[in-house]
Amino acid sequence: MEKILTVNKLTKKFGYLTAVKDLSFSIEKGNVYGILGPNGSGKSTTLGIVLNVVNRTSGDFSWFDGNTSTHEALKKVGAIIERPNFYPYMTAVQNLKLVCKIKEVSEDKIEEKLELVGLLDRKNSKFRTYSLGMKQRLAIASALLNDPEILILDEPTNGLDPQGIHQIREIIKKIASEGTTILLASHLLDEVEKVCSHVVILRKGEKLYSGRVDGMLASYGFFELKFNDMDKLKSILEDNSSFGEIKIDNGLLTAFLKEEMNAEVLNRFLFEKGIVLSHLVKRKESLEEQFLTLTKSQTN
Amino acid sequence: MIRLLQIEFIKLWNNRASRVLILSYFVLLTSIALVAAIKFDIGPIKFHLAEIGIFNFPYIWHFNTFVTAFFKLFLAIVIVSMMANEYSNKTIKQNLIDGLSKKEFILSKFLTVLSFALISTVFVFTVSLILGLIYSDYDELPIIFSDLEFVLAFFVKLVGFFSFCLFLGILVKRSAFALGFLILWQILEGITRGLIRWKLFDGDTTETIMGFFPLQSMFNLLKEPITRLEAVQTVADQVGEEISLNYQVHGYEILIVLGWTAIFIYLSYALLKKRDL
Repeated sequence: MEKILTVNKLTKKFGYLTAVKDLSFSIEKGNVYGILGPNGSGKSTTLGIVLNVVNRTSGDFSWFDGNTSTHEALKKVGAIIERPNFYPYMTAVQNLKLVCKIKEVSEDKIEEKLELVGLLDRKNSKFRTYSLGMKQRLAIASALLNDPEILILDEPTNGLDPQGIHQIREIIKKIASEGTTILLASHLLDEVEKVCSHVVILRKGEKLYSGRVDGMLASYGFFELKFNDMDKLKSILEDNSSFGEIKIDNGLLTAFLKEEMNAEVLNRFLFEKGIVLSHLVKRKESLEEQFLTLTKSQTN
Repeated sequence: MIRLLQIEFIKLWNNRASRVLILSYFVLLTSIALVAAIKFDIGPIKFHLAEIGIFNFPYIWHFNTFVTAFFKLFLAIVIVSMMANEYSNKTIKQNLIDGLSKKEFILSKFLTVLSFALISTVFVFTVSLILGLIYSDYDELPIIFSDLEFVLAFFVKLVGFFSFCLFLGILVKRSAFALGFLILWQILEGITRGLIRWKLFDGDTTETIMGFFPLQSMFNLLKEPITRLEAVQTVADQVGEEISLNYQVHGYEILIVLGWTAIFIYLSYALLKKRDL
């Protein structure tokens, strides 16, 4: 697989504080990556380092197998960090023309990208007249001008209203479906869960996990069940060696699997025991639950 | 290189404040021609500035470069704010992320400074040449094109001064504070001069030492031209005062200013490289 970015033992210290500690991971072409972590876990610092705006303390990173200098490589990258930064006194088109000059690409994609983010009708308005959502969309248009190999987004929906969040997500999904590699930093887990196939999880600058989203926990998922005699249901399941922890909460029984089992098998098994369920759902832990489990287990 | 200049041009020209300042600067440079129109005609006293010899070649090179050098403050504001705005708008961060290297960033600013200085020099040269051709008492080619080192000194002076402004813009990151710092620096040089003169050395040595300070060295490049005027010297002779001043542009003075330019640009780069944005 073609590697787009390799980070090797990266460390960044701000005085006594270690923001990123011995971080290593790599980004491969074609996947959608999420960098997850609570606020202050080193996500933005890591992105800042690979984007040439923060100096590293030690370790190294290389773009595109290390064949080009960082600033040359960045011309093939599209990135938005935190707030959209543009010249407030210039219009959208003027700002994008400037970006084209910096990235050394032709200017004929400007209209196309403004169309993609839905700003074509406001293209000649000054940047300072834009709402936050529009600014963020302009930033995405700007990041896409060079048809980047990888799109890096740091908290792209931060501070937006629900409609704005939805618009940005739709745009991200659209870009991802076109096969662009995406690296998305966020503390919003459902956001990452919706679009990412791989995650890197950070806490206090250290890597807790990196790999596929569904491989995060060695988990077989769980069943949610309802029956009019919950205690009987519980005792039957406790006798079955396939189940681990079983709990009843708000009239809903949750049984965690210790090995693979599909819903049909369980349904037949319980029916044979004379139990007719009124509710049966098989689920995997959401990213949030997995994340909390992971961060908790690392703390202990 | 053209690309870097284009980048800066887009940033500057689309900013209304910068555009107005740049345009007014060049209008002011041209307006020195209006000095020629100054005429007093009060009864017996007839005074026509153009006729007391300020537009004579080669004196005009000295006079015009000296006077127009004061207008550089207009461009100083533009330069300080073009640097400081990159910080306050955080666009410097975006520029780097978009693939401009830190070296290219400084280079693009420095090239802009060079262009400002070069255009100003060409401008002053042209205006002076035209004024001289109209009013000068001497119009032989060798005389017209003598003493051109004042024009060179003017260029070096602007480059040095603008580089200083650029550095202050990066150092302080706020345009108003950077301009304040510039004034503060001028005062500091004044105080230093006073202290050295008071405690350490005599007048001449003090002047030599001060010649190594950034602002003083830039000022030294073009010395005041008024006492050089024949009319003024005649008056001085009559009152028994002898004026002997050194008007020349010295090679070592140019070297000092070029040295400061190099230091300021290097420090700007080092500062940008060291900082986390």
